[in-house]
Amino acid sequence: MQGGVGDGGSESGSVSTVSREENMVVSSEDSSCPDQSELELGLGLSLGGGGGGGFKMHHVSKGGQFARILTAKDLPSLVFSAASPSSSSSSSSSSLSRADVTAKTKRTADSMAAASGFSQLVGWPPVQTHRINSMGNQAKELPTEGFNSKMENPKNETSMVEKSTIGSYQNNGNAKLRKSLFVKVNMDGIPIGRKVDLNAHGSYEKLAKTLEDMFLETSPSVSQVGSRALEHGTTNKLTRPSKLLDVSSDFALTYKDKEGDWMLVGDVPWELFVSSVKRLRIMRTSEATGLAPMLQGRNQRQRSKPN
Amino acid sequence: MVCKSWYEIERWCRRKVFVGNCYAVSPKMVIRRFPEFRSIELKGKPHFADFNLIRLKRMVVTDESLELIAKSFKNFKVLVLSSCEGFSTDGLAVIAASCKNLKELDLRDCEVDDLSAHWLSHFPETYTSLVSLNISCLGSDEASFSALERLVGRCTNLKTLQLNRAVPLDKIANILRHAPQLVEFGTGTYTADVRPDVYSDLAGVFSSCKELKSLSGFWDVVPDYLPAIYPVCSKLTSLNLSYATIQSPDLIKLVSHCPNLQRLLVLDYIEDSGLEVLASSCKDLQELRVFPSDPFGAEPNVSLTEQGLVAVSLGCPKLQSVLYFCRRMSNEALVTIARNRPNFTRFRLCIIEPKTADYLTLEPLDVGFGAIVQYCKDLKRLSLSGLLTDRVFEYIGTYAKKLEMLSVAFAGDSDLGLHHVLSGCESLRKLEIRDCPFGDKALLANAAKLETMRSLWMSSCAVSFAACKLLGQKMPRLNVEVIDERGPPDSRPENCPVDKLYIYRSIAGPRFDMPPFVWTMDEDSGLRL
Repeated sequence: MQGGVGDGGSESGSVSTVSREENMVVSSEDSSCPDQSELELGLGLSLGGGGGGGFKMHHVSKGGQFARILTAKDLPSLVFSAASPSSSSSSSSSSLSRADVTAKTKRTADSMAAASGFSQLVGWPPVQTHRINSMGNQAKELPTEGFNSKMENPKNETSMVEKSTIGSYQNNGNAKLRKSLFVKVNMDGIPIGRKVDLNAHGSYEKLAKTLEDMFLETSPSVSQVGSRALEHGTTNKLTRPSKLLDVSSDFALTYKDKEGDWMLVGDVPWELFVSSVKRLRIMRTSEATGLAPMLQGRNQRQRSKPN
Repeated sequence: MVCKSWYEIERWCRRKVFVGNCYAVSPKMVIRRFPEFRSIELKGKPHFADFNLIRLKRMVVTDESLELIAKSFKNFKVLVLSSCEGFSTDGLAVIAASCKNLKELDLRDCEVDDLSAHWLSHFPETYTSLVSLNISCLGSDEASFSALERLVGRCTNLKTLQLNRAVPLDKIANILRHAPQLVEFGTGTYTADVRPDVYSDLAGVFSSCKELKSLSGFWDVVPDYLPAIYPVCSKLTSLNLSYATIQSPDLIKLVSHCPNLQRLLVLDYIEDSGLEVLASSCKDLQELRVFPSDPFGAEPNVSLTEQGLVAVSLGCPKLQSVLYFCRRMSNEALVTIARNRPNFTRFRLCIIEPKTADYLTLEPLDVGFGAIVQYCKDLKRLSLSGLLTDRVFEYIGTYAKKLEMLSVAFAGDSDLGLHHVLSGCESLRKLEIRDCPFGDKALLANAAKLETMRSLWMSSCAVSFAACKLLGQKMPRLNVEVIDERGPPDSRPENCPVDKLYIYRSIAGPRFDMPPFVWTMDEDSGLRL
């Protein structure tokens, strides 16, 4: 059930009730039951209730207990799984039942992965990259007036924080709320560029691994996974030192920052990098004449650092 | 082919060529068929590719290609690149330097490697033929303002100028002063410290643009500068505020000044209240697009609901094209909208949360969309969202006889849904599907239909590799491409669903420029790397 937009008090309740109720469901200690109309929309699973709808309407006495409090065991495994590459989502979508849908609609911060599932869907909602990127800069400056502040929803904090930190990871218990941050990657000599989601990686090593898989291996092996799955650890791959981060390799991983300068990847803390990177480029070090001083400098630093 | 002589006449007279899918035909074929063409528009990636669903480049236009175009077609007049990538400002520099007769350069939604803003200076000082320039997609790097001003100044026939975000507000006045004849103008960033002299300069120069009908740009808008465009508002027919992050009251003020508006693109900051004002002020409105300001937020951040769409459908008798992002919908609203506005030709609704049910009845939105296709008999394009069963596809197959493009996501229960569409929609050209439980049966049963369409895209569905191979073998006029980052599809069981599938008809045979994660299902072996 979609959390309704606060369109005033015409129904004094069924819409605004839902979001309050969500809070109630989350914190069972919360004793401040709102004065509500009798009809509450309970978020019960339609178990054995036939295929119709997916929701049950529960009549609830005023101030009384809500018909059903969703707990972890009620929620089926996440439909739009955070981690899943498309392979698992295609099988899950075919076995999708209405019951799964109801679980999908809960969106309180504590409801495990279900709440945040859709924000990690690739390419959804279908807004073009240039819009998202230009929005990203603007979202930071916007005052969050309107709906959020009126509703006093504790979820506000989460969404406000999310708005203002576009490049960062948000971890709410098991729920991960984050936006994608796709940047373009080109490699010298290859006309076809790729895009990589920086927010799906937590470190330079993981990013370098993804890029190596994308560009430096001609025939992907069966066990290769996409960049988004890397965050869940393919640890065996991580032990091998990255070619792209190693100064002595044939390749240098560079990025263009906000000021338009090309820099070597790896010299600044990851978070700082993510907040300033505009695009990436894998250069052949033989051609990296402009970066030679940087490479040399790093070479010296790497040598002098204990491993 | 009507008759041979007509074919020949057409062939020699054709000046404009549009290639909707660059792999459907080879360049050689185009040149052979239309040796005298003067303008070419090439489209590459399938629509759903815009949304990071693939990392596959469908339209690589390299700098070398641009150079080839520039050197080979000395009299080249129009170049429109739509959602293309692979080229840089170096390639543009060659075009600028060589195409003495270039009238139109339109890079809409392209991704251009911004190496240097100085490509603009490559237009020779003697060059004056520019009529239309759209560089709004170029990056936020320093633009070469003086070169731009000089170019605009000497091209007295310039009618369309769409700048990129890098052009600051205080430069716009100078540019517009050189081109008061502009019909379409796209600003750069519309923000600056509020200064009365800058403001009055800007307002003055807008007043002198008597032909201006269309405005766009408006990145980073500062509301105080908006009234500068009021002098032109009464004549505006098109307004793109989709990058303007201003709130409803400012939007309402602006929209109220534009009674002749036919086309509006705006963010959902306009809210239901703003759309109600739009409905009462802009009776000529034909196209409306409302984009989400916070697409990834879990909770609504603005008060924009189905009510806004109902209001415009009621108040705007000429409304025929809608793209609407919102967070709730009801069958009742959709039926009302359909009844109000049977003249819709494009109806694209995106309820942000997948599988959202009717918020009033908690039912699927089958009936609502069913009403849309039933009442809107000329509907050419439809995008679905929300909770939908196979039933909606039954409605679509039954009623949407003029439908040419359908976009589906997170919908349906079984192959029956897909079957309804493929067997019922007689005019269908493009079908794009993601995350639906559609498998082999419907696809194979309607294989012949695919040859009558431009393309079919399916991602995260349930089509097996075996079915893809079979299609590739049996349908030689189709290119069946499997896109899968997990590695070669034959490294998994045959009945394993493929990640992404792109099928398109082609007279050019399979292509050979595929990246390593794309496989063509060939008629020979069934697998070609």
